[in-house]
Amino acid sequence: MAQNNTEILYSLAQQRILVLDGAMGTMIQRHKLEEEDYRGDRFVDWHCDVKGNNDLLVLSQPQIIYDIHCQYFAAGADIIETNTFNATTIAMADYDMQSLAKEINIEATKLARKAADEYTAKTPEKPRFVAGVLGPTNRTASISPDVNDPGKRNVNFDQLVEAYSEATHGLIEGGADIILIETIFDTLNAKAAAFAVDSVFDELGVSLPVMISGTITDASGRTLSGQTAEAFYYSLRHINPVSFGLNCALGPDLLRQYVEEIANQAECLVSAHPNAGLPNEFGEYDMDDEEMAEHIKEWAQSGLVNIVGGCCGSSPEHIAAIARAVDGIAPRVPVKKEVRMRLSGLEPFVH
Amino acid sequence: MSQNQQNSSATFVNVGERTNVTGSAMFKRLILEEDYETALDVARQQVENGAQIIDINMDEAMLDSEAAMVRFLCLIASEPDISRVPIMIDSSKWSVIEAGLKCVQGKAIVNSISLKEGEKPFLEQAKLLKRYGAATVVMAFDEKGQADTQARKYEICERSYKLLTEKIGFPPEDIIFDPNIFAVATGIEEHNNYAVDFIEATRQIKQNLPHCHISGGLSNISFSFRGNNPVREAMHSVFLFHAIKAGMDMAIVNAGQLEVYDNIPAELKQAVEDVILNRHPDATDNLLALAPKYQGDGKAVVKENLEWRDYPVNKRLEHALVKGITDFIVEDTEAARLQADKPLHVIEGPLMDGMNVVGDLFGEGKMFLPQVVKSARVMKKAVAYLEPYIELEKDQSSSNGKILLATVKGDVHDIGKNIVGVVLQCNNYEIIDLGVMVPAAKILQVAKDEKVDMIGLSGLITPSLDEMVHVAKEMQRLELNLPLLIGGATTSKAHTAVKIEQNYNGPVVYVPNASRAVGVCQKLISDEFRPAYVAQLQKEYDVVRDQHARKQPRSKPVSLEAARENRFECDWQVYHPPTPKQLGVQTISVELSELIDYIDWTPFFLTWSLAGKYPRILEDEVVGEEAKKLFNDATNMLNKLCEEGDLAAKGVVGIFPANRVGDDVEIYSDESRQQTLHVAHHLRQQTQKPKGFNYCLSDYIAPKASKKADYIGAFAVTAGIGEDEIAQAYIDDGDDYNGIMVKAIADRLAEAFAEYLHLKVRKEIWGYAADEQLSNDDLIREKYQGIRPAPGYAACPEHTEKQVIWDLLDAEKATGMKLTESYAMWPGASVSGWYFSHPEARYFAVAQIQQDQLEEYAQRKGWTIEYAQKWLGPNLNA
Repeated sequence: MAQNNTEILYSLAQQRILVLDGAMGTMIQRHKLEEEDYRGDRFVDWHCDVKGNNDLLVLSQPQIIYDIHCQYFAAGADIIETNTFNATTIAMADYDMQSLAKEINIEATKLARKAADEYTAKTPEKPRFVAGVLGPTNRTASISPDVNDPGKRNVNFDQLVEAYSEATHGLIEGGADIILIETIFDTLNAKAAAFAVDSVFDELGVSLPVMISGTITDASGRTLSGQTAEAFYYSLRHINPVSFGLNCALGPDLLRQYVEEIANQAECLVSAHPNAGLPNEFGEYDMDDEEMAEHIKEWAQSGLVNIVGGCCGSSPEHIAAIARAVDGIAPRVPVKKEVRMRLSGLEPFVH
Repeated sequence: MSQNQQNSSATFVNVGERTNVTGSAMFKRLILEEDYETALDVARQQVENGAQIIDINMDEAMLDSEAAMVRFLCLIASEPDISRVPIMIDSSKWSVIEAGLKCVQGKAIVNSISLKEGEKPFLEQAKLLKRYGAATVVMAFDEKGQADTQARKYEICERSYKLLTEKIGFPPEDIIFDPNIFAVATGIEEHNNYAVDFIEATRQIKQNLPHCHISGGLSNISFSFRGNNPVREAMHSVFLFHAIKAGMDMAIVNAGQLEVYDNIPAELKQAVEDVILNRHPDATDNLLALAPKYQGDGKAVVKENLEWRDYPVNKRLEHALVKGITDFIVEDTEAARLQADKPLHVIEGPLMDGMNVVGDLFGEGKMFLPQVVKSARVMKKAVAYLEPYIELEKDQSSSNGKILLATVKGDVHDIGKNIVGVVLQCNNYEIIDLGVMVPAAKILQVAKDEKVDMIGLSGLITPSLDEMVHVAKEMQRLELNLPLLIGGATTSKAHTAVKIEQNYNGPVVYVPNASRAVGVCQKLISDEFRPAYVAQLQKEYDVVRDQHARKQPRSKPVSLEAARENRFECDWQVYHPPTPKQLGVQTISVELSELIDYIDWTPFFLTWSLAGKYPRILEDEVVGEEAKKLFNDATNMLNKLCEEGDLAAKGVVGIFPANRVGDDVEIYSDESRQQTLHVAHHLRQQTQKPKGFNYCLSDYIAPKASKKADYIGAFAVTAGIGEDEIAQAYIDDGDDYNGIMVKAIADRLAEAFAEYLHLKVRKEIWGYAADEQLSNDDLIREKYQGIRPAPGYAACPEHTEKQVIWDLLDAEKATGMKLTESYAMWPGASVSGWYFSHPEARYFAVAQIQQDQLEEYAQRKGWTIEYAQKWLGPNLNA
């Protein structure tokens, strides 16, 4: 089944631009959930507040999450992302819910799987896929939490590998078609995720396509941990990702130049799911669907992208507009690169 | 892409060797003593000296090597000037290598793995390296031992290569073979051919095993000459010379210590070549005999940086231009003049060549704006020196083109325009700078008389946009076809596309910043590139226009009536506006030195195209060094200005009884509130605000009907008295750098003055916050009560309201500050505005207004609708 879907995915990607879903958090916000809603029946007596733990909703309010997945599929998404951005033992520690991390990954993927299978059954000519999300966690392996001790770290590679391995097991068990390592602001975290994914594949004897999506945090054009887009690509190219791209932090207007930088480098597909603009003074994203689609259409016409979607602030309306905008536009053709040793520090080095 | 090219080398890579406890006694001591701070300096120096990768080795019996590796790599990760290059994790212990791999976010090289323990561990380790994402050095070492002969070296490398690429799919380009460099000239005959064995094995490997690399530890080769650095360096150089020819493409070396092959004395080179290439049975003895002659402290430390004074004159000029050094420029220019046929040739030859180097470096992002402007200063000094010698020949113009620059009528701001002028001059364009407040007719007349190739218009305030449209229309009317460049703070691509470009058939280009100017001009000046560029621009502008036309307002417009319903309203029965301590107008004199503490430096750096927040920018990895120099120059200039007293600051402030009537504010002569001095008119936000108010500044003043005594303040300050003269004196002296610097500083001082005066108003004059204690940082972040919005900016965007302030304060008489016909303030370094004391008062943007407000505002101001449209243009639906 999984093998089959991988082949379908690859062949579809050659024919057209694929559409990813939009924001989960923004859609959850629309429900204006309160502490008791987050707890549901099962966690009524949990010993600390859990409001804001969006990933927990796959256990306490599965219908809401399932409906959001369906809305994105209805809007035209080919691939939806599981609601597991924070579902690692490391990030779940904020709510003392480390023990639930794996269960959340499994249930989240099952919800997404169910939605995908239903929509695939409705329109078999447009098969739908589930990308199991591995988020960045809330800790960084190459940045010190203490300005007075730059050598200090609050998480290390081994701890990350352990957390990501468990999450990956959950995503595979739940039925993910793809593993998506996203919103990478510290490349070392992502390298640990890639290490874990590769080890788990080896252990289980499976191999799913892996998508990599980094985050350029500001106009410096670098990741939070300081790498340029090209250096970042070289750091993760070894896992032969099905796609490489960028998401979050910036709207499409500001992100374009970095997507182009990736598009000039990547030997695989290129993905991009920007925010709906930058937050306004109320912390809301207010780039509307048409404006966002206009930008992404231009990217498509310029041959920069293979997979497009939205991040913070985007909604099914945005995704529908994006899907319409890229319809019929040929996907980007991956770059063929000369065989050279491609190393990186914060900057790329080719020899 | 340029980054890529900059950091890639098709031929040979230096790996820094000094951060290696086995090779450097000093580094070992630092690590053992846990002096990591200094150990980091060693790493930094290597990168500065040109190491493209740094090798890190902690293999020392007295050390917990794993812990030391982790600690050092984590520290390096926080040092961008070190961690920008890839790391080579060097250890004979796999556990140390793995610990290191877990700390680097980049793609590193591991040094090394080998077949020493057999195939199984070798492949297991290689497989893990693939998973970590690392390249690796593979030693020519197998179960039988280390390879010494060419045959053994090749055999092991070939076997390793096949295992790696065929069994586990290791990328061949990520394999770096180290075929073992051993010491020669040891006195043992079997060792004599070691260098040749290495070189020949290298050749064979490169020929037969595609994509792999060859590296080695260079210092081994000269081990027998420890203590004689000149001979060792000569041996390294000769060995590399031959090994590189055979295909060696990396080496672990001390980048700061390599003799240039061609510079080795002939006699020594001959002896060393005999040894390396094993050409003679007596080679070792000959070198041993010769060695003492070269003994000494070798090439001592690089001397004081004046070494460049020994370069040939053309190189000296280039060095001075690139480094911006004026100290010797007259003497060097004179030397060049004596060598040249004609004085003009010095400009066209070495000076222009030097400026081309500067232009290229700037284009590649390797030089920053302040450096370029300093280069221009050197150039101008040289040209000024030559001028008396140059007989005025008609055909002396060999420039790339002639460009007219002007700040348009009604506007006095010229810092950006001056920077563009300097940057273009650096790229050999002749600049005719007409200065500020230049009427369209003059621009066009000069353009015609001087036969310029392009016109560049600049402006900072919004009315200048209309003036630019006017110039474009005039150019069209006169049937010119010159390219028109548009730049300045309020200009935009959208405005250029929608308003200017359509009025003129010639090319119109929006230039977002000074660094773009050169590229734009080059394309426009070239007959070859111009048509395609112009076509591309037209396409871009079509897209912009199209987007603009379809752009829906972010939020829905509401009627003026509805907006007023949703105004900010405070309970005036409960709230008591603070009574000012001092009513009426007073002039304010202040010493510049008193203002220094109030300066917000961040915009200063932006003026120079260095982006980043002060003070963090001083430590920025890319621009930090230049930012520091610039800041240092600014501080010196500031001190000079404070001491010499040519630049002066003057201000005027007044607090008046006032009440709101509709959206206007009536300002009264005294507390009786009978006689209205002036009326200030304000605009109200007119888009739907589901969660907030539709703000208008007058909302912060108690309505007349409430019968509450409220007040408003007005101020006008300048720190630019004398700025034009001081700047011009520098420019006349060929020193644009300091010319621009003076204005940029005056600009900051004016803002600082406004901040200073606002504080004084809060604490003393109005006195409603007598106990306020805020740091400068908090002042910049405006953490205080009350606001000081300036006409022409977002909350009160209509410029003519400055006239009300001028009239209230009699500002021109009090300070000498003037308003132009576009209501720009002169001198340029000036700030004026209103004071509102209300605790809820905040800044906002009026943004787009609707027809109903336009009509009502015109009526309130006694204007025709057309006249109102002119002044409210930026706030109307385009």
